[in-house]
Parts: sequence; C-alpha cells; structure tokens
Amino acid sequence: MTENKMMIDIGSDEVLSRVQSYQQGGYRLVQMCCVREPAGNVPADHLELHYTFGRDYEMVDLKFSIPPGAAIESITQIYPCAFLYENEIHDLYGVSIQGINIDFQGNFYKMAAAHPFNPDIEPGQAQKEK
Amino acid sequence: MEKAEEKRHTIVPFGPQHPVLPEPLHFDFVLEDEKVVDVIPSIGYIHRGLEILVQKREFTEYVYVAERICGICSFIHGMGYCEAIEEIMKISVPERAKYLRLIWSELSRVHSHLLWLGLAADAFGFENLFMQAWRARELVLDIIEETTGGRVIFGACKIGGVRKDITDESLKTMVTVIDGMYKDVRTICDVFLNDSSVKERLCGIGILSREDAYSLGAVGPMLRASGVSYDTRKLGYGAFGDIDFDIVTETAGDCYARCAVRVHEIFQSFHIIKQAISKIPGGPISVKVTGAPNGEAMVRYEQPRGEVIYYVKANGTKFLTRFRARTPTFANIPAMIQALKGCDFADVANIVLTIDPCISCTER
Repeated sequence: MTENKMMIDIGSDEVLSRVQSYQQGGYRLVQMCCVREPAGNVPADHLELHYTFGRDYEMVDLKFSIPPGAAIESITQIYPCAFLYENEIHDLYGVSIQGINIDFQGNFYKMAAAHPFNPDIEPGQAQKEK
Repeated sequence: MEKAEEKRHTIVPFGPQHPVLPEPLHFDFVLEDEKVVDVIPSIGYIHRGLEILVQKREFTEYVYVAERICGICSFIHGMGYCEAIEEIMKISVPERAKYLRLIWSELSRVHSHLLWLGLAADAFGFENLFMQAWRARELVLDIIEETTGGRVIFGACKIGGVRKDITDESLKTMVTVIDGMYKDVRTICDVFLNDSSVKERLCGIGILSREDAYSLGAVGPMLRASGVSYDTRKLGYGAFGDIDFDIVTETAGDCYARCAVRVHEIFQSFHIIKQAISKIPGGPISVKVTGAPNGEAMVRYEQPRGEVIYYVKANGTKFLTRFRARTPTFANIPAMIQALKGCDFADVANIVLTIDPCISCTER
C-alpha cells in the first residue's frame, strides 16, 4: 500500500471550516502541534500550527501561521479529543486558545518555566497563566 | 410530598502515585456511589522536554535521545526519527537494513506485549501469571542482547541504516528460540484467554464502542479491540511491504478484547519475524550520510501501543528546528476516559492498564 499523505497550507481564518469539513468527511484527529520558524514568506516571529487528520490510511496535514500573541479558536467543539493537544500547545508555546472544552489553565504540564518551547513570549503574555 | 432524592457525587483522586501505575498519572474520578460518572485526567508531572533538545544536539546524535523517549518501545522511536530524516534527505536505506529494522521492531513488540501481560496479571491479582509472562519476556530480551548488545535500548539504528548486522548463524538461532517460545507463550496466553478468573475481571469491563474508539482518536490495540481494522504497518514502511500478515481485531471493545488483541499480536510478530528471516537479503547495512537535512517530513509507524507520529523540520544546519512525537498513549487518553465512564470504581485499575499507558512516552 502506498502512503497517501498531504500537507496543505491554509489561512488562519479558514481553520474552523476546514476542520469541520474533515470531521464531516469521517476523518479522525491524528495530532496537533506547533512549530517556530515557519517556512516560506511568513515572518520569522510567527508560529506555525499543524492540524493532522486521517481516514483509513490517508493523512492530511493542515498548516497555518499566526502572529505572536494572537489567540485562536479551539476545535474541541468539533473534535472533543483535541483538548490534550490544545492544552499542550498553550503550555509549551504560550498560544492562547479560546473555548477549550477541558481547559487546564496552564497546568497541563507542571513545569518550572512558562512556555519553554517559545522563549520569545513574555511570561504573562498568553491569556491563561498558572 | 416526598423530597426528590439527590444524587451525591464524590470526587476521588487516583494517583499520581498508585500501586497499579508504574509511572505518574493522575485522575479525579467523580463517583455516584461506586459508579464512575466522570473522569478528569492529569498528566505532566515529569515532562522532560526531549523534543526541544533537538535544537541542541546534532541531528545524527539525536537518534540516541529519540531512543530514550521510552524504555520499552525505544527502538521504534529511534527508527521513526531516522526514517523521517531519511525522507527529508532522500536517503535510500539498504534492503538488508530495512529487514533488520523490522526484526528488531517486532521483537520490541513481543517484549512490550509480554511486559504488559505481566503488568495486567499483577493488576488483577494473578501473581504467578505475571511471573510467567515476564520469564518469557526474558527470552526475547536475550535475543535482543545477543544481536545488539543492549536489552531495551539497543542503539542499533542510525540515519542511513543500522549499526549492527545479524549473522546468518544468529538468525538461525533466533528462529530456533522463537519456535521454542511458541509452546511456552501459548500456554501462558491460554490462561489469559481462557481462565475463568481472568475472564471475570476483564469481560464486559471498560467497553469502548467502535464509533467512540474511532472518533476519539484511539490507536493500536485500543482501537483494534473495538473492531477498527487499522494497523500502520499495512502502509508497508521499511520491509513491511514484503511481509504478509493480517490485522488482529476484536469486536467486544472491553478489557478482554484489548488483552486478546495483544496476545494474538505476539504470535503475529513471531510469524512476521520468521518471514523476515526467510526473506532477508544480503548486502550492506548502511549508506554514508553527508550534508544536513533541509525540509520537513511527517511519518507514522506502529508502536506496540499503536500509531506513533513523528514530525521533523530541518533548516539545512546540523541542528533541527523541530522534532515532534505524538505517542500512542497520548492519543489514547480521550478513549480511556470514555471507557472509564460508567464503570465500577473497583475496575478502574484494570481499565487504565488495558490501554497499556506509557507515561514516559507521553511525557517526552
């Protein structure tokens, strides 16, 4: 079997509609993660987010960038299991995510430093802090 | 008028230190009498930040770090990292190296499942079965030690191939040992599948429906025990494209089904290893790697606990921008919460164990 996987660049304003369409298309949420140093013409201080979905052996990765300090909408209303990934992205990178169904308020990972994967963010810049 | 009876909820903390949990994991169970009505999980007690270490170790050295994400499924973590880099750098790994990787990854699956069977037996109070399962596991660890020098962390994988070869003599010995293990492991597994006291503790407990397993993103035996036929090995990565095997599934979705899937997968792995040994080609075991990776890749493999995702992003230097591992236990937490809802509090330990939680992986 040949692996069928795609990476698709999207705008941050079309995330929810895209995610909704994958949910309706029978895709499961595979993973979500955050990356610094986005590719292409995106400013270096932006963060890149990857939302990955799978159906059978097909895998689709949506990636989009957000400016520093920007808040994004949770997708837990569409995929309830996304709360783990969203809390992780908040705790490690300081991304503010609004409307998470189970929000650990910055206590998902018990760490000495706030947002250790994103030293550019000032402590307290993210909306939810310990 | 009779006053309506109020349902009183009790919140019981479970963990992070608990006799049934080898690693720290915490739950707050909301109970109605003895029934669990809600569960709030809590991880993050030992987060190690291994992913960010990729920015401080050269990409060739990071294989050692990737292997240390977990002490059980270490080999596949190293292999997955290497194959993601190889995809970015378009490195063609020698065929013999692919087969060697397959053999070691399937040996890892066998020893991981036997370890889990032992832990499960210990959890439901069958001490002798625990000892028998771990005794059998030692034979697998001996094979790994004989062929790599390590027992759970092999250091055998590198970018471009493998570091160590297995001689034809050792491969023949491996087949003999596996043939000898068949009967021994079958005897142990028959107890898991047929003993009335084991069935009493596992059948009909912690049921996860097929729909919930899929929609909540469950992976591995947790998913297959609910009737979903999905195994990443069917993608044919490495040498798996040359191997014939059927996906093990069960339909009940309970603790017994999850146990049964792992039991059958042990014998499936024996079968796969023997096929690989019969087909392994000669030739080199690695190619020289020059330059540094530039680009990104996302790959997926089948760990003993289920699908694992690796994402690697490189910028053309010796230090990578990002390494991401989405481990199976992380993906199985929402499904585990669903399986726990509605159970008796006394069954919590069994249900938690049947996802085979690996907090070391989760807290990478």
